[in-house]
Amino acid sequence: MTKVLKWALLASILAILPFLTDFAFGKTWVRILDFALLYAMLALGLNIVVGFAGLLDLGYVAFFAVGAYFYALLASPHFGLHLPFWLLLPAGAFVAGLFGVLLGAPTLRLRGDYLAIVTLGFGEIIRIFLNNLNAPYNITGGPQGINLIDPIKLGSFALNHPVGGSIPSVYNYYYLFLILALLAAFVSKRLQYSRIGRAWVAIREDEIAAEAMGINTRNTKLLAFAMGASFGGLSGGLFAGFEGFVSPESFTLMESIMILCMVVLGGMGHVRGVILGAILLSIVPEALRYVGPLQESLFGKVYADPSSLRMLIFGLALILVMLLRPAGLWPSPTRKRELSAQGETAKHENDGVYDAGR
Amino acid sequence: MMQGAKLLEVEHVSKNFGGLAALSNVSLTICQGEIYALIGPNGAGKTTLFNVLTGICRPDSGNFRLNGVEMGGKKPSAMAEAGIARTFQNIRLFSNMSAIENVMVGRHCRTKAGILGAIFKDRATRAEEKSIREKAAHLLEYTGIARHAHMLARNLSYGDQRRLEIARALATEPLLLALDEPAAGMNHSETDSLGTLLEAIRADGITILLIEHDVKLVMGICDRLAVLNFGEKIAEGTPTEVGKNPHVIEAYLGGS
Repeated sequence: MTKVLKWALLASILAILPFLTDFAFGKTWVRILDFALLYAMLALGLNIVVGFAGLLDLGYVAFFAVGAYFYALLASPHFGLHLPFWLLLPAGAFVAGLFGVLLGAPTLRLRGDYLAIVTLGFGEIIRIFLNNLNAPYNITGGPQGINLIDPIKLGSFALNHPVGGSIPSVYNYYYLFLILALLAAFVSKRLQYSRIGRAWVAIREDEIAAEAMGINTRNTKLLAFAMGASFGGLSGGLFAGFEGFVSPESFTLMESIMILCMVVLGGMGHVRGVILGAILLSIVPEALRYVGPLQESLFGKVYADPSSLRMLIFGLALILVMLLRPAGLWPSPTRKRELSAQGETAKHENDGVYDAGR
Repeated sequence: MMQGAKLLEVEHVSKNFGGLAALSNVSLTICQGEIYALIGPNGAGKTTLFNVLTGICRPDSGNFRLNGVEMGGKKPSAMAEAGIARTFQNIRLFSNMSAIENVMVGRHCRTKAGILGAIFKDRATRAEEKSIREKAAHLLEYTGIARHAHMLARNLSYGDQRRLEIARALATEPLLLALDEPAAGMNHSETDSLGTLLEAIRADGITILLIEHDVKLVMGICDRLAVLNFGEKIAEGTPTEVGKNPHVIEAYLGGS
């Protein structure tokens, strides 16, 4: 009963959150919430690759870009195509999944540092392609990107229009993103506790042993890349519809690193932790923007200029968290055990002695 | 002991690493239901032969057959699927998974739920998952480590980790269970109970190929054995026969 109550409470908080946020901080912050949810989806996707299968991917934003451009090209005046979102979102996820396999195939033999470097390169290749594919034929719009992308429409109702003139569009996107982020979390959880999820973890733990136990590591790793990438592609489509504009600038290495930070800081391999990481890392940098005005109102003068210190404070916070909580802010129960394993091993060795004595 | 049909036939397998002949022209035959041991000094090529048989390395020449099917050069996962399961000399468990999860991974090649099954958890997937868990629990019971089912593999004692490796290999339903020094680092009583476990596995109809340094264990439980030295098979036969072989005595004690 208490569990039902807990979930009901959480659901109602999530349902009224945009209203509360708007009331307290204004619409800008509802928009930040929208982005937090979008990042949660991205982080959940990367978590499949990095957290479950242990494949360090530094070019994850490429799949986000693939999804975003796929949507943008097929639903904008750029080519004069206006396909419906319910077709484009799943198709974009699928196409991104194919790109995941495309990236995965040549990296199958690589691990750790080497894999990270190749994926980093892949991410940059995609971005540079997008940047330069405007000549001789203008495919991607080059550095200018693509404008006037169709908003997501439910029936005849476009999400970028206020409902009944009173509820702003950021609210509409909030609910859509919330539903999809919850779906992504649900799928992640289901995958984690399945035959495939176990195979991913086994590969992370010991690839040779996993293969000797009959796991086809090639297919299983490609599946992880494809699944992770499809989450990225879905988020990309949502991003394009939400923003109405995409350009290569949104898909830099810094974005990949940010998403990776969300996964690591939240708690690699732990679905709830990863969501927490995504939400914190999308909100904290924005909140830090208010440090300047806050000082001004308190002391009448800005002592530390937030625009230059924002990323510094952010970086320090990251370092602190990783020092104090190396498994992430909200690690999975297993991972917690793993990091306290030293204590446990010692305890167990004593048990062993005790056993032998009997 | 009644000799069954030929299960594994190794024919003229050679493997070189650079200029070193790790295996040269090794042939041997293992019959259904026997415990067959592979012994030899360090560096004799025992583990290389294991790696060839389990697909981790490809033989330079020669081939081997499992139940008459040519297997040489297949991938490790294909070997496991065909029925050759192994343990490792330096234990290779999935150390951050619990004991029972380790064994459940072993069921991978005998089950088939995919992504859609995982997401929708349909009736077939749920039934399969249940059978995986039950089978794994049973194997932990069978190998005597059921009480540690939910401990992380890395926190098990050394002897229990070796047992867990055996349980995990058994989960693949092997025809041939290949054990690479299962008694290494074990004390007397642990080795004895390992011997009992191996006898039980054999009694269940699984053929065992064993690399072992513990001479007492080998001589006590194996039906036949081969001796490797510098990559060549220098003797083969029952423990008593091999014990009298002058080549073997020379390889082990050194001779003029």
